[in-house]
Amino acid sequence: MDLSTEIGSLNLKNPLIAASGCFGYGVEYADVVDLASLGAVAVKGLFLTERLGHPPPRIIETPAGMLNAIGLQGVGVHRFIREYLPQLQNSGAVTIVNICGTTIEEYEELTRILSDVEGVAAIELNISCPNIKAGGITFGCNLAGTHDVVQAAKRATHLPVIPKLTPNVTDIASFARVAEEAGADAISLVNTFLAMSIDVETRRSRLANVVGGLSGPAIRPIAVRMVYECHQAVSIPIIGMGGITTANDVLEFMIAGASAVQVGTANFVDPYIWKKLMVGLNNYLEKHEIKRLRDIIGTLEVDLAEEA
Amino acid sequence: MVMELEARVESNVRLSDEYNVVTLEAPSIAANADPGQFVMVKLSDSQEPLLRRPFSIFEICRNSSGAPTGFSLLNKRIGIVTQQIFDLTDTKRVSVLGPLGRPFTAINKPTQAWLVAGGVGLAPFLMLSEKLRRQGVAVTLYYGARNANELFYINIFEQLGVNVVTATEDGSLGVQGVITVALNERLQKIETNEALMIYACGPTPMMQAVTNLATEYHLPIEVSLEQVMGCGLGGCYSCVVRIRDEQGQEHYTRSCVNGPVLPGEQIVWEAL
Repeated sequence: MDLSTEIGSLNLKNPLIAASGCFGYGVEYADVVDLASLGAVAVKGLFLTERLGHPPPRIIETPAGMLNAIGLQGVGVHRFIREYLPQLQNSGAVTIVNICGTTIEEYEELTRILSDVEGVAAIELNISCPNIKAGGITFGCNLAGTHDVVQAAKRATHLPVIPKLTPNVTDIASFARVAEEAGADAISLVNTFLAMSIDVETRRSRLANVVGGLSGPAIRPIAVRMVYECHQAVSIPIIGMGGITTANDVLEFMIAGASAVQVGTANFVDPYIWKKLMVGLNNYLEKHEIKRLRDIIGTLEVDLAEEA
Repeated sequence: MVMELEARVESNVRLSDEYNVVTLEAPSIAANADPGQFVMVKLSDSQEPLLRRPFSIFEICRNSSGAPTGFSLLNKRIGIVTQQIFDLTDTKRVSVLGPLGRPFTAINKPTQAWLVAGGVGLAPFLMLSEKLRRQGVAVTLYYGARNANELFYINIFEQLGVNVVTATEDGSLGVQGVITVALNERLQKIETNEALMIYACGPTPMMQAVTNLATEYHLPIEVSLEQVMGCGLGGCYSCVVRIRDEQGQEHYTRSCVNGPVLPGEQIVWEAL
């Protein structure tokens, strides 16, 4: 069975991508997963310099999900290139580097730096992290900001540029449209939903950062709807994510319009999930006598009833 | 080598209204585990609770020829998952991922090992005692709990040749008060030629107090921390501990891959 898919000029052997922020720098998982067997690995969001991140507690469980406020702790782009990228290259992983900045110039510089080294397959623009004060979501919640960041990154690279959209907006499809107009090769969605959880005994937030991002199965139906809306609005490929746990979940996103998917929270629960998802996808194709998985992308059947 | 397996529950022994010991059939994990390492546990495919939970490996179980067959978890009923583990039946299977984390640094004789345990913090010290005693190291266990009914398995430690010092808050067994009082009394009597390594596991204030004592007496100390964890493999950056490195720089380190055992003096205790 053919599980391969395309994200612009990027050919992936299957649609399963490890989600940024949920897979370290990839190398942490080299013992449990053959990184080359994944469609791609999206590494943890990188700034130009190292970042301390937020104090703990950084995660808390909620029904069928979790909140996180990690605060983009990270080694910075230069240490990543020195210490982690060579290991990723040796493993055969297709590496998507997720980047984050506080100004458009920082995004541009990060993109340029990563385009000058070997082993980077695509740039994912984190304009959607809900947990940091400056940067990221300031661009992702503003149509002009989204446009300018994408345009600046595109100017700086020959690599595919994939802005990662936030769901914390009224109309996500308008952001997809603006990203496409600015030259994005694809879009990925959704990042986490801004949320909070309170300990009523202490009347304190259960996260040190007070608010955090909700992920996991709890958000999946909203994420599927958003992928569907964006698929109707743009013609560039979509990488869908949000609470994927089973092969059926992958299929839901693809039928809604995603060309590939990212898996995050479920990988925490089961780091061996990738093989199970691949088996499930193959079984589906066999059962429905479909030769190529990509043939199901955006094939949602809709019978719209007339409004009364 | 990390593995995941669906372990059969061999037994669930209730030790008190709050404590129990669950034995799991998991030969491959048991054979590869070092003292201080942990496993990530999930009791069902249920999405609530969604995430795995970290547990210290308590005892390595062996068959009559000495081959590892599995391990046990020392559990205290506190939250949802610990309640589920308290209620486990031997018809259940438990998903275990491990062995994970940085183990204790094992010392050699003539250096002595002092193990300081508070409550359920006893868990990582049985494996450590076995290993150290095999190497001929003199081991003392300082073990504190609220009362005598919550001090478990003292005889197993004594059978290994471990010298056990106990303390209870109500004075029902051993020294009355917290275990650090007993530790401090003994520290005041150490000879200058006594080489010592201290290991601590228990409530954070206890581990901080033990670290302060170790620092005062210029003794090396390792503590085993329990942080909220997402993945156990270094992927999520949620289980971080603030540490101060040799240059005095502070940063957050992941307790799942760089711990759970960390040098006590590096930890910024006020931030824990």
